[in-house]
Amino acid sequence: MSDVVKQKELEDNKLAGGGEYRYGFHTDIAEDKPPKGLSEDTVRLISAKKKEPEWMLEWRLKAYRHWLKMQEPTWPNFEYGPIDYQDIFYYSAPKQKKESPESLEEVDEELLKTFDRLGIPLSEQKRLTGVAVDAVFDSISVGTTHQSELAKHGIIFCSMSEAVINHSDLVKKYLGSVVPYSDNFYATLNSAVFSDGSFCYIPKGVHCPLELSTYFRINSENTGQFERTLIIAEDSSYVSYLEGCTAPTRDTNQLHAAVVELVALDNAEIKYSTVQNWYSGDKVGKGGIYNFVTKRGKCAGVNSKISWTQVEAGSAITWKYPSVILQGDNSVGKFYSVALTNNHMIADTGTKMIHIGKNTKSTIVSKGISSDFAHNSYRGLVKIMPTADGARNFSQCDSMLVGNNCSANTFPYIEVKNNSAVLEHEASTSKINAEQMFYLRSRGLDLEESISLIINGFCKDVFKELPLEFSVEAVKLLEMKLEGSVG
Amino acid sequence: MLEIKNLHAGIEGKEILKGINLNVGAGQVHAIMGPNGSGKSTLSKVIAGHPQYEVTAGSIDYEVNFKKINLVGMEPDLRAREGVFLAFQYPVEIPGVPSSVFLRAAFNAICRHQGAEEMDPIDFDKYVRTKMKTLSMNEDFIDRPVNVDFSGGEKKRNEILQMAVLNPRLAILDETDSGLDIDSMKIVAEGVNKLRRKDNAVILITHYQRLLNYIQPDFVHILHDGRIVKSEGKELALEVESRGYDWLIK
Repeated sequence: MSDVVKQKELEDNKLAGGGEYRYGFHTDIAEDKPPKGLSEDTVRLISAKKKEPEWMLEWRLKAYRHWLKMQEPTWPNFEYGPIDYQDIFYYSAPKQKKESPESLEEVDEELLKTFDRLGIPLSEQKRLTGVAVDAVFDSISVGTTHQSELAKHGIIFCSMSEAVINHSDLVKKYLGSVVPYSDNFYATLNSAVFSDGSFCYIPKGVHCPLELSTYFRINSENTGQFERTLIIAEDSSYVSYLEGCTAPTRDTNQLHAAVVELVALDNAEIKYSTVQNWYSGDKVGKGGIYNFVTKRGKCAGVNSKISWTQVEAGSAITWKYPSVILQGDNSVGKFYSVALTNNHMIADTGTKMIHIGKNTKSTIVSKGISSDFAHNSYRGLVKIMPTADGARNFSQCDSMLVGNNCSANTFPYIEVKNNSAVLEHEASTSKINAEQMFYLRSRGLDLEESISLIINGFCKDVFKELPLEFSVEAVKLLEMKLEGSVG
Repeated sequence: MLEIKNLHAGIEGKEILKGINLNVGAGQVHAIMGPNGSGKSTLSKVIAGHPQYEVTAGSIDYEVNFKKINLVGMEPDLRAREGVFLAFQYPVEIPGVPSSVFLRAAFNAICRHQGAEEMDPIDFDKYVRTKMKTLSMNEDFIDRPVNVDFSGGEKKRNEILQMAVLNPRLAILDETDSGLDIDSMKIVAEGVNKLRRKDNAVILITHYQRLLNYIQPDFVHILHDGRIVKSEGKELALEVESRGYDWLIK
């Protein structure tokens, strides 16, 4: 590309509010979309659509009735317009020629094309090698790749809806075991109306040979996405799971309230990575996704490990704290996060590490990048229970500011109830500035390369935790977002 | 190689360079001296293309390989790829980026532009280490993040290393000697002298005559209030050393 063209594109991007959002397109497809509004009937309808067993409906209703008594939380460090819960569609499924396709070959062409365009080809010939994908479009899973290959190892990887019907014993046992239906306002709402998400079960002693992943796409207007994901790793098993998310460009805010539960039994390890790129609103902060998510893992077994790695680059508001309950002795919890906010985006994110077992260890590395008028907060809790002899935690929270109108905050909470615990906390704030950019450019690096180097350097400790191809994607995503803001 | 004509430039609406004329030929070393605030650093930044400085009049013609271009309006990275190099007075820290990664990215960006082959990490490592040896730099330097926790002397030496690695046609050294002890200065001067060739040129910006004992300039220019007020041979530097600037300014 010539420099003139490049410059022109950069300027266009600046006008559009930072790097252009590549995934802002909308798929025109007929929808099965029952009316707006939330009531017991809505809950029953969703359950019926999914042909769920009675116990599942009861669980949903229990959650719904509890939710009615709950108050929307008001403690975060930001404000947002009131959400009218009666003005949301709670279910929207693309209408396909064949009602419930048996295999990916029968999935509607329009849907396959959508995922192609998002860079997630699903068809047999084109799909990614080494990665099994569950593709979720609004309220339903469109299809899951590599299922038979995984089944050879006894691994179950399917949509949540399928799991409720085909693996109900497992779902019954573990659903709500980490995030109870009564946990918090949004998790309870999710428990009542959750649509699709992924279910993974890794049997004893199995090292999952593929990366498992789910790609979440919001397409339908004014629809909430309430996905639910459950991952169970049996004794001495291993799994690495990734999720990606995008949504079309729209003027109105859309609610995304997901719940993710992870269970790691003795000696098991779960690596969970997220690259979140929901539509974040335009330059003046209009539109975008409210990403209010509850993610929690339980290291239930001895020597078990759970790590959360997240790159949060989208959404008008991100409000989530992927946490680990360190119950098993010697269990390990890790949290690696890069949160990038530009324009008027807000991120209030961090983690909770709850140490219960002996000699449990946790590591927290959080990198916040804020530009334009954005607010970026790290909020985290390290809690050492009286039983957690010899617990250790290391936390590092760094913020980078681009420009003078953005802000960064750090809220580290620490509760220690055992004298043998050792905790360390480091924090820093820095600025990416015109001098750094000029220095790199005066050595021959162009604008993109210069931003990439600086961001890479800042986020190095987090990116190295991501699977390789995703860390490349993550770097590109951040570069694109920052193009209009630096220099 | 470099022909600056009637150059006017400033920052935030304030004019600092008020009509600079300067000719630098291939194989030459020019020293630019002058009191504080005379515009020395501004001149170096304007040649390198600092985006905060605005050129309001004049031209900076740069000729390399029989190709003449006006640098004014060109992006700084493009100037660098055409062979212009600025050794910073205050080198900037880039946390988390190892010097090796930064240097190779820069080297390859220049190679790509000039149609030369890029170097793979192993060959490049060898190449950089030879250059480091000539500048008496520690082995671990290459793995440390760019300029982070470097001493003043190390930062300046790093600038000279970058110059040696990137092999520019026109090198501008902005007060590279300030803050250096005598041993470091000798090493830096040696580094510059090794780079002197028939086909490249050096502009030394300095407060003191001291550096010029080690790097013999072909011309010395005195800058005052945004203009070059006197240009002579190397003996002018000695005269400034003994008499100060006052006699030139009045």
